[in-house]
Amino acid sequence: MPRQNRWRRPISQRPPWPAVVIAAVGIAFFALAFMGLLWKVPWASAWHVLSAAGSRKALRLSLVCSVWATVLAMFFGVPIAWLLARLDFPGRGIARALCTLSMVLPPVVAGIALFYALGRRGILGQYLDRWFGITLPFTTAGVVVAQTFVAMPFLILTVEAAFRQQDLQYEDAARTLGASRWYLFRRVTLPAIRPGLIAGGVLAWARALGEFGATITFAGNFPGRTQTMPLAIYLAAETNPEEALVLSLVLVAVSFGVLVALRDRYLQSRSTPAL
Amino acid sequence: MAVKLLTSRVVPAVTALALVAACASTTSYTSATTTAAPATTMTAPTSKGQITVFAASSLTAAFTDLGAAFTKAHPEVRVTFSFDASSALVTQITQGAPADMFASADTANMDKLTAASLTASTPVVFATNALSIIVPAGNPKGIKAPGDLANTTLKVVLCDPTVPCGKYAKQSLDAAKVAVTPVSLEQNVKGVVTKVTTGEADAGIAYVTDVKAAGDKASGVDIPAAVNVVAKYPIASIKSSTHHDIDAAFIAFVTSQEGQAILAVSGFGKP
Repeated sequence: MPRQNRWRRPISQRPPWPAVVIAAVGIAFFALAFMGLLWKVPWASAWHVLSAAGSRKALRLSLVCSVWATVLAMFFGVPIAWLLARLDFPGRGIARALCTLSMVLPPVVAGIALFYALGRRGILGQYLDRWFGITLPFTTAGVVVAQTFVAMPFLILTVEAAFRQQDLQYEDAARTLGASRWYLFRRVTLPAIRPGLIAGGVLAWARALGEFGATITFAGNFPGRTQTMPLAIYLAAETNPEEALVLSLVLVAVSFGVLVALRDRYLQSRSTPAL
Repeated sequence: MAVKLLTSRVVPAVTALALVAACASTTSYTSATTTAAPATTMTAPTSKGQITVFAASSLTAAFTDLGAAFTKAHPEVRVTFSFDASSALVTQITQGAPADMFASADTANMDKLTAASLTASTPVVFATNALSIIVPAGNPKGIKAPGDLANTTLKVVLCDPTVPCGKYAKQSLDAAKVAVTPVSLEQNVKGVVTKVTTGEADAGIAYVTDVKAAGDKASGVDIPAAVNVVAKYPIASIKSSTHHDIDAAFIAFVTSQEGQAILAVSGFGKP
């Protein structure tokens, strides 16, 4: 289609100007916050901060933990989303609320809840400690647990919506051709909702990467073991605001890059209606 | 923090607008001298209005009680508090948060404000707070002295050395020549308390006031005075305050016998 046609669309497709103006103000609001960050970053000392061993440790730990949290969220979240979308069972509404509650819980409360569940004296944690000698608080595994707890709802909600919008005729066709239920789920259902899976995964990952409250409450703060980027940033802000800004910028840049890249790469597929 | 700032900013701004006329007509210096007179019931005249006190988190219980007692003596005054880490409060005040007064858990953070010429009165030290070992209720690991914290099978939590409680804990442990391997360096003293009261950590170092505030969920083990580090708590009026006379009356009340008695309940020592 020739380029100028974008501006000569039929009346019904012309953008509603009030919406465009409001959207522009909204976008400016987001952009302004990040401009504020960029504006104050001490570029001269940026490299010095980033080459410090502590910063790199925190960044590496953040990436490792958030990826693990995303993998776990996918592993448990996708089946949960399928159940919530496709299976009409009593208490489905309650199950859905339960699986998304940690999203709205204040993160510190989420951390304390995890203490009482998985801590050394928790409902389950006391047996983990007594029988297997496993204690999650103050460990890297504890960070992953805290991040998974808070991030999984983002995946569940996104993937559930994808399952709901799915056209069922391909599944029906595969079933009549004799596909087993598990084969059908793996080879037909999941590939069809790929954009939803990726969007959910990215949302969950981004949430895990930025997780602060539940992590510091449940896993504590120790460099190299449980000190992720957001924790390092918080502590740096206490004494060295410039360092905090540089570290924040790295976190923002990494997240922004991944969000942009994945959106272009995967979400513009045929199954997404062209805008 | 952003949300907190926003809400605390709106209310005083509105009241301040409404009270501009009233404030302008009162002489704010006379009342300050009158309140300085030792009196258990503060009868000194102060202007009507609301003051916002930015106070260190460790003052939460004591200042809430102090505020109630102060407004009982001055029904025309409303006192609201914003409790947070001293360093966070300094950041907020430097960024223009509407504080009338600042009560810090250390002199270093108060010095930042005086250095930036943001204080309206000379800071007055009104309380002290010593360090204490905090352990889960009943002291299950039988910890008796700082030296016991060197045991590496114990899970010990400390504050991060970048925040005051961590700095003092390090000074104290260094003085006692004890090498501790902590499992976590908390961002604030409440983090230490939570880890101990939930039983996740076997011991931590907090302030005497934190051990008191934890009630029956935690026990304290004394750190000998020779190696203890005592934090000084200064209070000062902030330059942007709209009620310097009320500020002066509040500071006088905090340092009065009645005020000191309330602070002592929480475990604070005399200045």
